Amino acid sequence: MTVGFFTDTTVCIGCKACEVACKQWNQLPDDGFSFTGMSYDNTVQLGASTWRHVAFIERPPTGDDGAGDKFSWLMMSDVCKHCETSACLEACPTGSIIRTEFDSVFVQPDICNGCGYCVSACPFGVIDRREDDGRAWKCTLCYDRLGADMTPACAQACPTESIVFGELSSLHERAASRVEALHASGHTEAYLYGVDQSGTDGLHAFFLLTDEPEVYNLPSAPVAYSKTNGRAWRSMVAAGVAMAVAAVVSARR
Amino acid sequence: MAECHPVGFQWVMEAKARGATLIHVDPRFTRTSAVADLHVPLRAGSDIAFLGGIVNYILSEERYFREYVVAYTNASSILREDFQDTEDLDGLFSDPSTWLYESGSGNDDTRDGESHEGGGLHEDAYRDPTLTHPRCVFQVLRRHFSRYTPALVAETCGVSESSFLAVCSALCDNSGRDRTSAFCYAVGWTQHTVGVQVIRTAAIVQLLLGNIGRPGGGILALRGHATIQGSTDVPTLYNLLPGYLPMPKAGDDDTFGSYISNHTAASGWWTQFPKYTVSLLKAWFGSAAQAENDWCYNYLPLLTGDHSHMNTVADMADGKVRGYFVMGENPVVGSMHGRLQRAALASLDWLVVRDFALIETAEFWRSSPACETEVFFFPAAAHTEKDGTYTNTQRLLQFHHKAVEPAGDRRSELWFMYHLGLRLRALYAGSSLSRDRPLLDLTWSYGTVGPHDEPDVLEVLKEINGFTVADGVPVPSFTALADDGSTACGCWIYSGSFADGVNMTARRSASGAPWGFAWPADRRLLYNRASADPSGRPWSERKAYVWWDPVASRWTGHDVPDFIVDRPPSYRPASDAVGLDTIAGDKPFIMQGDGVGWLFAPTGVVDGPLPTHYEPQESVMSNPLYSQQRNPTRLEWSRDDNPYHRPFDDPDYPFVVTTYRLTEHHTAGGMSRWLPWLAELQPEFFCEVSPSLALERGLANGEWATISTARTSVEARVLVTSRIPPLMVGRGRRRRAVHQIGLPYHWGSSGLVRGDSANELISFVADPNVSIQESKALTADIRPGRRAR
Repeated sequence: MTVGFFTDTTVCIGCKACEVACKQWNQLPDDGFSFTGMSYDNTVQLGASTWRHVAFIERPPTGDDGAGDKFSWLMMSDVCKHCETSACLEACPTGSIIRTEFDSVFVQPDICNGCGYCVSACPFGVIDRREDDGRAWKCTLCYDRLGADMTPACAQACPTESIVFGELSSLHERAASRVEALHASGHTEAYLYGVDQSGTDGLHAFFLLTDEPEVYNLPSAPVAYSKTNGRAWRSMVAAGVAMAVAAVVSARR
Repeated sequence: MAECHPVGFQWVMEAKARGATLIHVDPRFTRTSAVADLHVPLRAGSDIAFLGGIVNYILSEERYFREYVVAYTNASSILREDFQDTEDLDGLFSDPSTWLYESGSGNDDTRDGESHEGGGLHEDAYRDPTLTHPRCVFQVLRRHFSRYTPALVAETCGVSESSFLAVCSALCDNSGRDRTSAFCYAVGWTQHTVGVQVIRTAAIVQLLLGNIGRPGGGILALRGHATIQGSTDVPTLYNLLPGYLPMPKAGDDDTFGSYISNHTAASGWWTQFPKYTVSLLKAWFGSAAQAENDWCYNYLPLLTGDHSHMNTVADMADGKVRGYFVMGENPVVGSMHGRLQRAALASLDWLVVRDFALIETAEFWRSSPACETEVFFFPAAAHTEKDGTYTNTQRLLQFHHKAVEPAGDRRSELWFMYHLGLRLRALYAGSSLSRDRPLLDLTWSYGTVGPHDEPDVLEVLKEINGFTVADGVPVPSFTALADDGSTACGCWIYSGSFADGVNMTARRSASGAPWGFAWPADRRLLYNRASADPSGRPWSERKAYVWWDPVASRWTGHDVPDFIVDRPPSYRPASDAVGLDTIAGDKPFIMQGDGVGWLFAPTGVVDGPLPTHYEPQESVMSNPLYSQQRNPTRLEWSRDDNPYHRPFDDPDYPFVVTTYRLTEHHTAGGMSRWLPWLAELQPEFFCEVSPSLALERGLANGEWATISTARTSVEARVLVTSRIPPLMVGRGRRRRAVHQIGLPYHWGSSGLVRGDSANELISFVADPNVSIQESKALTADIRPGRRAR
C-alpha cells in the first residue's frame, strides 16, 4: 500500500507539536539553543536531527492603505517528501536507502556508510548527515509505527489536521476537494504542490500552498538524478553523432 | 488561543471549516490571527472601551435580542433615584449603597469572595417591560455607554472605525434566534486593574445578544494550566471554601449562625447554602461535627483581611510571614516584580518547593548570599505518574490513570499532603489543647495503595462527591444533601461525579455517550433554560437545546436541564415562597436572587455596577472619557521597592508593554525550559517590536535590547516584526502613534535555556475584586544593547 502525508498549510497554527512528537518518538537530539531572529523559527531547516520543521513566513501587506493583500503569517510543516522517483535512493551506493512496502523511502542506519551522496542528490535539501556519527538521517515516515498499524507521530500530534496521514490516492482526493472548497470561498491562490511533478513523478508527502513554492523554501521544479541522466546520455549520444557526422563530412572534403 | 491552547483550538478550526467567522482582537498578530478571518490590533489596556463600543453599537443600532433581554436580564429593573452614573460624576459612581433596584433591600459588602445575596431581588416589583422608564437598567446602560462611539473607540483603542464596525456587524449578524456567537478569552483580559470589569462588559454584550445559556454562545475563560478550573472549584484561593462557599470573615461571620444568615439567599439556588455548608463540615470533621457544636464551624480560620498573593508576598518581604509552601508554581519567574518576590523569599525562615525541576523559586538563594531561608525541595510526580482528575474550562472533570510509578523520591501532591497531615497529627496526638482539635478531629484516614502508600484517589473522589453518613453510600447529586448532618460532601458542585460508586470522571466513550463529568450535575451548558423562550419552546429549531415537554410535563432536550426538571414555565412563586419554590418557571439564571442575567450588577462587584473605561495604572495617554484617569478602587502597594510611573505621558517610559506566553513554553518554564525538544524551539528571551520602533530606537533584529521600568531593567533579543504594529490614538493635534513592546515571560536563571524574566518589570498593583496584577498593560522604555551589570 502506498501511504503518505497531505500537509494543508492553510490550517497549520504553527504549534510545532509535529516537530516535538517526531523528536520524542524517534529520540532525536536537539539542534542547539540559538535564537535566529527569523520569526518564530529557531530550528531553521530540516536536518539530521529535525525531521519535521515548521517554517514561519511573515508576508508584509501589499499596496497602500489596505488596498492590496493584508499582512499574513504563513506556517508550513515541512518533511521528507518520500518522492516517487527518489534522488537519494538513486544516489545511494551501498543500498542503505530502500523503498519500503509502504512505498516510503527509508535509510537503514546499519548499512549507511556516511558517503553523503544522498545529501547532495536530494533536490529538497532534506536528508543530512549527523556530525557526530557521520551517517545520513531523515524522516522514516515512522516506519516502526506503520508496522504496528499506528499513525506517524507528527500526524497523530497535529491538533488541526494540517498533517493528514493516509493512503496516497485517498489523500489526493481529499486534497483536491479541499482546494475546490478554498477556491469556492474565494481563496483562488490555493494549489497542491507535489501531486503532478515530472521531476520526481510526484511526492508521497505533498502540500497545499497559497504562495509560490520558493516562499516556503521549496524548489519550483525539483528533479531527481535519473531524470537528467537520460537527458545527459541523449546529449552525449547526440554530440557523438554530430561529431561523427562532422568527421565524415570533413573527411569527404 | 492558538498560541496557548493549540489542542482546544482544533474545535475553533473545525467550526471555521463549517463556516464560522473567526475574529481575533489582540495587540499582536499571533498564531490565532494567522488563521482568523479578521484581526483587529488594539492598544493594550483599552478593552472596556472596545467592548463598551460594541454595547453602544448594539443599543443604538437596535441590534439586541429584545425578547431575551426583556425576559432573561435585569434590563427592565428600575434603579433607585439616588443612583448616579459615571456620566453624572465624571468617571465615578455614587456610593455603593445606591447601586440597587428601587425595590431594593440591603446591599452587602462583597469585597471578599462570592456574594450569594441577591439583595432581596426576588420581589419582582418595579420593573418596566417596555424598557422606557428613564431609571430602568436598559436606559441607564444606554446612557452609560452613549459616548463609546466608533470614533471614540478608534481614538482610544487605536483601531480603525471600519474594522471596529466590521466586528460589531459580524457579531450582531451572527446572534439572535437562529444564531449564536461565543467569546473566548484568557489573561489578556483579566490581568488588568479593571480585569473583572472587562469580563463584565463581555457579559453585557452576550446578554444583550442572547448568547448566554444557548448552544454556541457563552464567554469561555481559557485557563492557564491543565486544571486551574479545578483549583478554583476545590479552591486554592484564600477567600473561598470548596464549591464557591465564601471563606468566613472575622467580624461578619464570627458564628455559624451569622455565617449562614449572611450567605443564605432569600431566593434562587443559594437558598440551599446551609445544606452545602453543613455537608462540607461533616466531610471535614466527621463524627466530631454535631449540631450542638455548630458542626465544628469554629474550627475554620476567619479571614482578617486580604491575604491574596501580592499582600502575602509584601508581608513576607516585611518579615511578617515565616514559612511558605510553593507547589506547582514558580513565582520568581511567573509572578509580578521578581526582585520583590526574591526579597520576600529571602525573608522567610523556611520555604518548601515541590516541582519537577530545580526551578528559580528553589534556587533563588544562590544569587543572594545573605539569604538565611532554609529551602526544602521535594521532587514532584508528573501526571503520568499519578491517578487523578483534570477539570477544564468547560467544567469537565476528566480522569487520568497512572502509567508508571514515580521514580526515586518523586511523589504526588496528594501523597505529600496526606502524609504531611499524618505526621502532623502524630506530633499533636497527645495534645489536650482546644486549639489543636481541628487538626486532630479532621477526617484523615484514606486507604493507601501501591509501593509508596499512595492515598486511594477514589476515596477522595467519594468524599468530594458526598455520601450519606449512616451507610457511607455515595449521594447521586447535591439535591440529596441535607443540613441536618445526615450527609457529608467535600464539594457540592462536584456531587454526582461518583454517583452510585461509579467514577463518572473516567467515562470515555466515543459513541456519543457522556464523556467525563461536567459539574454541576453533568450539565454541559450552564443556564441552558435560556435556550428556550419564556414559554419553554426553543427560540428556533436550529438552536433547540433544552425545552419544556408539556406532555411529559418535564424539561428535556440535548443536555441535563439546568432547571428544576418538573417546574413548568408558567410557575410563579407565591409571595411567601421559600427555598427553591422562589424560582419562577421563566427565570433561567437560578443562581441569581432575581433569576435573571445582570446587565447592571447591584452587588458583587467592588468597582462599580457597570464597567467603565479607566486607563491602566501606567498608561501612555490620558483617559479620553473621564477626568478620572484610573480605576479609583484599584489596589496599590505604596512601598519604596514598588515605584510607579506617572499615570500617563511619563517621558522616561513612552511605550506600552504587554506580556504573554508562547506555544513552545509553559508559563514560568518549569515544564518546558528543562526539556531540550521544547527549549530549542524558543531558546532565548526576546522582545517583539515594530520596524518603526526599531528604527526610532536603533534596535537591530537578533541583537540585544534593554527594556526598563522604574522597577528594574531586563535584556532581551530583538525580534523586529510587523505583527506588533504601531497604532494611531488620540484626536486632533494630540493624535499620534503608540508603540507597543511584546514580551513573552517564560525565561529565568535556571534550566537548559536561560534569560531575564519579563515579569521583573511589573509592579504590584491590582484589580480590587480579585487582586489580580496588571501585567498586560504597562509602560516602559527600550534601548539597544545589554543591561548594565
